[in-house]
Amino acid sequence: MSETVAPVTGVQKGRRGLERAVIRFAGDSGDGMQLTGEQFTTETAWAGNDLATLPNFPAEIRAPAGTLFGVSSFQLQFGSQRVYTPGDRLDCLVAMNPAALKVHLADLRPGGLLIVNTAAFEKRNLDKAGYAQNPLDDSTLAERYRLHAVDMSGLTLEALKDLSLSANEKERCKNFFALGLVSWIYTRPLESTLDWINKKFAKNAVVADANTRALKAGHAFGETAEFFAESYEIEAADMPAGLYRAMTGNRALAWGLLAAAQRSELPVVYGAYPITPASSVLEELALHKRFRIRTIQAEDEIAAATAAIGAAFGGAVGVTCSSGPGIALKGEAIGLAVTAELPLVIFDIQRGGPSTGLPTKTEQADLMQALYGRNSESPVVVLAPATPGDCFYVAYEAVRIAIKYMVPVMVLSDGFLANGSEPWLIPDLAALPPIEVKFRTEKEGFFPYLRDPATLSRPWVKPGTPGLEHRIGGIEKQDVTGNISYDPENHDHMVRTRAEKVRRVGQEIPPTSINGPATGDLLVVGWGSTYGAITAAVERAQAEGKSVAAVHLRHLNPLPPDLGHILREYRKILVPEINSGQLVRVLRAEYLVDAVGFNRVRGLPLASDEIGDAIEQLLRSQR
Amino acid sequence: MSATGAGAAATPRYTKKDFESDQDVRWCPGCGDYAILSAVQKSMPDLGIPKENIVFISGIGCSSRFPYYMNTYGFHTIHGRAPAIATGLKVARPDLKVFVVTGDGDGLSIGGNHMLHVLRRNVDVTILLFNNRIYGLTKGQYSPTSELGKVTKSTPIGSADRPVNPLSFALGCGATFVGRTVDRNIPHMDEMLRRAAAHRGTGFLEILQNCNVYNHLAWNVVYDKASKLQHELRLEHGKPLLFGPPDDRRALVMEGVTPRIVRAKDVPESALWVHDEKNLNAARLLADLFAPDFPVPIGVLADIEAPIYEDVLLEQERRAIAERGAGDIAKLLTSGDTWKID
Repeated sequence: MSETVAPVTGVQKGRRGLERAVIRFAGDSGDGMQLTGEQFTTETAWAGNDLATLPNFPAEIRAPAGTLFGVSSFQLQFGSQRVYTPGDRLDCLVAMNPAALKVHLADLRPGGLLIVNTAAFEKRNLDKAGYAQNPLDDSTLAERYRLHAVDMSGLTLEALKDLSLSANEKERCKNFFALGLVSWIYTRPLESTLDWINKKFAKNAVVADANTRALKAGHAFGETAEFFAESYEIEAADMPAGLYRAMTGNRALAWGLLAAAQRSELPVVYGAYPITPASSVLEELALHKRFRIRTIQAEDEIAAATAAIGAAFGGAVGVTCSSGPGIALKGEAIGLAVTAELPLVIFDIQRGGPSTGLPTKTEQADLMQALYGRNSESPVVVLAPATPGDCFYVAYEAVRIAIKYMVPVMVLSDGFLANGSEPWLIPDLAALPPIEVKFRTEKEGFFPYLRDPATLSRPWVKPGTPGLEHRIGGIEKQDVTGNISYDPENHDHMVRTRAEKVRRVGQEIPPTSINGPATGDLLVVGWGSTYGAITAAVERAQAEGKSVAAVHLRHLNPLPPDLGHILREYRKILVPEINSGQLVRVLRAEYLVDAVGFNRVRGLPLASDEIGDAIEQLLRSQR
Repeated sequence: MSATGAGAAATPRYTKKDFESDQDVRWCPGCGDYAILSAVQKSMPDLGIPKENIVFISGIGCSSRFPYYMNTYGFHTIHGRAPAIATGLKVARPDLKVFVVTGDGDGLSIGGNHMLHVLRRNVDVTILLFNNRIYGLTKGQYSPTSELGKVTKSTPIGSADRPVNPLSFALGCGATFVGRTVDRNIPHMDEMLRRAAAHRGTGFLEILQNCNVYNHLAWNVVYDKASKLQHELRLEHGKPLLFGPPDDRRALVMEGVTPRIVRAKDVPESALWVHDEKNLNAARLLADLFAPDFPVPIGVLADIEAPIYEDVLLEQERRAIAERGAGDIAKLLTSGDTWKID
C-alpha cells in the first residue's frame, strides 16, 4: 500500500491519499451491519472507486444477541485501481460488540484501525463473547492497533435526546453513527445515504430525522474528536468510461433472464423453492411481471424443475434455480430434460455442504454434481460467472445456448457472487448475441427427433401447432422418429448423440483469453467466483517479474476447444478452488496434464495472498 | 399462438379414430386400461377443441403409458411429477387443454405432494387417476390404496399401512371437482369423463380400474352384478341418495352428524339426503363411505368454482403490462442509482 500525505486546505487535520482500503463492519445480527455496509458501498461507488464486497451473516434469522455465532459482518475493498476481491487483511475493523471483536480481530492487520462501540462492552456481552476481562481495559489492543474506543450508543442517544422515540429506538440508530464516522474517515460523500434515509422513511419523519442526525453526529464526531488524527482519501479509480450501477450476482442473474425474455420474445416460467442463497433471484424476478416472467413458488425442488420443463414443452423459456441440496433433488428432472431434449436453464447458487452444511457461506463444490450428478449418461452444458456483474451475461448466454441446442444448461454461481456487489458498467444490449427461436410449424417431413446438422438439436414444436401432434418422454427413443426403442445399438447411438450435442456447444466458445504470457513457467486455471482473488494474485506475481499467466473458465462443459493446447504451453499448472479439487481432476483426466490443486473449503472466498503463496511454492517446487 | 377459442370456430368434425395414435398398445391383455383408453378417445370429439390444442401428461406406471396411445400432444415424464409438469405447461400455455393421467402409486405415493398442490392451486387440468390398488409395472407390490394387511411380494405376511382414500384426499386438498367412476361401467365413465373435462379448474376423477394380473377383481364389489346392485350408489345432483335393488331400496340419511342406512320406505321423503354437488361438507362425508358397511358412491361428489392459479398469475401480468407497459431491459438497467465515469 502506498501512502502519501496530502494536506487539504480548509481542513485542520491531515488527509492522506490511499490506493485502496479494506473495511469490515461487524456487530450483532440486530445491529444493522448489512445495511451499514451496503450504504457505505453506495457512497463509495458514488465516489468513483472500484470495489468488491463480502457480506457474511449467520444462517439464523435472529440469532441470540451478543453471541459469537450471532455476529454479522460486511466487508468491502475499494480503491483507485482495479479491485478484484473484497480484500484479505483488514485496514479497518468496526466492532459494535465484544463478540464481533472476538470473531474478527484476527483479520485486522497490525497497525490497522480498530473502532469499537464501548457501550456494548459490559459484563453480559463480555461473558457471551468469552472474555474474562474487558479487552479494552488493558493496553494490548492499543499497542497492536490504532484503537478508537467510542461510546457510539451514548453519543447517538445524546444526539437524539430531544426526539420523541424510546431509548431503545434511539439506540438502534447507532449503526448510522458508525457509518457517519467511517464515512468521515474515508472521505465518503453522505448524499446517497441521506437520500436513502429520506426515501426509506418517507412515511416516518421521526425515524428519518433520527437516522439523519445519528449519521451526521458520527461524521461530526470524526471531524472534531481529537484522536482521529487524519482522514483518508482514495481517488476515483481509472475505470472504463460509461454509465455504472451497483450489481449483485443474484440480481444480475435475474436481469440476465429479463434481457433474454425480451430478446427471445418468449415468456419465462421460473420455478423455484425458497433456499438460501438462491431465494433473492425468485424475489427479484417476481417484481418484473411486465417482462412476461412467470414465477412459480413450487411445492418442492422437484416441482420447481418439472414445472420449468413443462413450460419448455409448451414453448416458453423454462428456468429453475436452487442451491446444492435442491439441485440434488432436481437431478432426475434434469435427466428428463436431457433425454426429452428440451431447453432448460438451471441456476445453482452453491453454498457450503454437504447436506445443509453452511447455508449462508460460499463454496465451489458442486462442479462434479453439475457435470455428473445424475443417473446414467446425462450430459448438460455447464457455465460459471466470474463476478457479480458477469452473472447477467452468463444467464443470458445460458438461455441462448439452451434454446439453440435444445439442451439443459447449468449455471454455477455461489453465495459470494450472489450477495457480493461490484460497480458494473451497464451493458451495451446491442452487443448481446441474438437469441434465435425457431418453432417448427412445417408438417412435411416432420419427426420429433429430426436433427439440425450443425447443432444436432431437434425441432422445438409448440403444442397447438396443427399436424405436428407427437409424444415425447423419458423412455429411450429411436433417433429421428422418437418412437420408444429398446434397441441396443440405438441406445448406444443416442447416448453418443446427446454427448456430441453438448460437445458441439464448443462452437460457441470464443478463443480463451490469457492474462499474461502465452507460454511460461506457470498457468493458474480457475473458474467462478475465485476470478478476483486469482487475478489479483497473478498480477502481483507478474509485477514481481514471475512468468505466470491465468486462464479463467466460463465454460466448464464443454471445455474451450483451445484449452488443451494452452495448458501445454506452461511448465506447471495451478488450479485454486473452494473445494477439495474438482476442476483439477477434470483437467487431469481430460488432458493428462500434471495440474496441481490449491484447495481451501472454509465457506469463505479464497484470499489472493494465499493463492500468491501457492504460486510461489509451486514455482519453487521440484515437481 | 393459436388459442383454444380461436381455433374452435374451425374445429374439424372428429371421430374416435382421429385420436388413436399409430403406436402398439402394450398393456396386458384384459387390463382395465383398454376400456379407459377407448372411452377417453371416444370422449375427445365432444370436447370441441382442435386436437393440436390437447395435451396428455403422465408420470410413470402402467397408466402413464397413456399419452403414447393418444394422437394429441403428449409428454410421458417422471414418476409422480405429472401434476407439476402440467402446472408449468398451463402457466406457459393457458390456452391448452391439459389432461394428467396417473395411478394410485404415481399420484398418491411418489407424487402425493404434487397432487396436493395442483389441487389446492386449482390449476385448470383434468386428472384421471386409475386406481387398481396395486403396483403393476413393478410387478405386484402393494400400493398406497391397498387395504391394510394386503399380501403381496413386498408384504408376504400383509401390509402394515392403512390405505389412503383418493376422494377424501382430493377434497382435503381443496379440490374443486371430485368424481369417481368404474372401468367396467362404460356409459357412466363416458359421462364422468365429459363432466371432469368440462370443469374449469382441477377436475379430479378416480377411475376404479382392474389389474387382472396382480390384483384381479379388487373392485368386485362394483363389478359383480349382485354385489353392484346391493352397493352401488349413483350420485345425481338434486336427487336423493337411494341405492339397492328396486324391491328393497335403501336410503342414506344423516342422523346428527353420522350417516346411516335405512329402508327407503321407512323414511318420509323430506328426511332423505338430497345430493348437492356444491356442498363440500356433504361431499367429504360421502367420500369416506365404502362397502361393506356403506354403499360405494359413484359419480360427481363435488363441483364448485374457485380462483384458478394460472388465471390469477396471468391477470397480474396483464395488469402490470396494461398499467406500466411491457418491460424494457434498457430502461431497467439505467433506472435507480447510476453514475457516470468519463
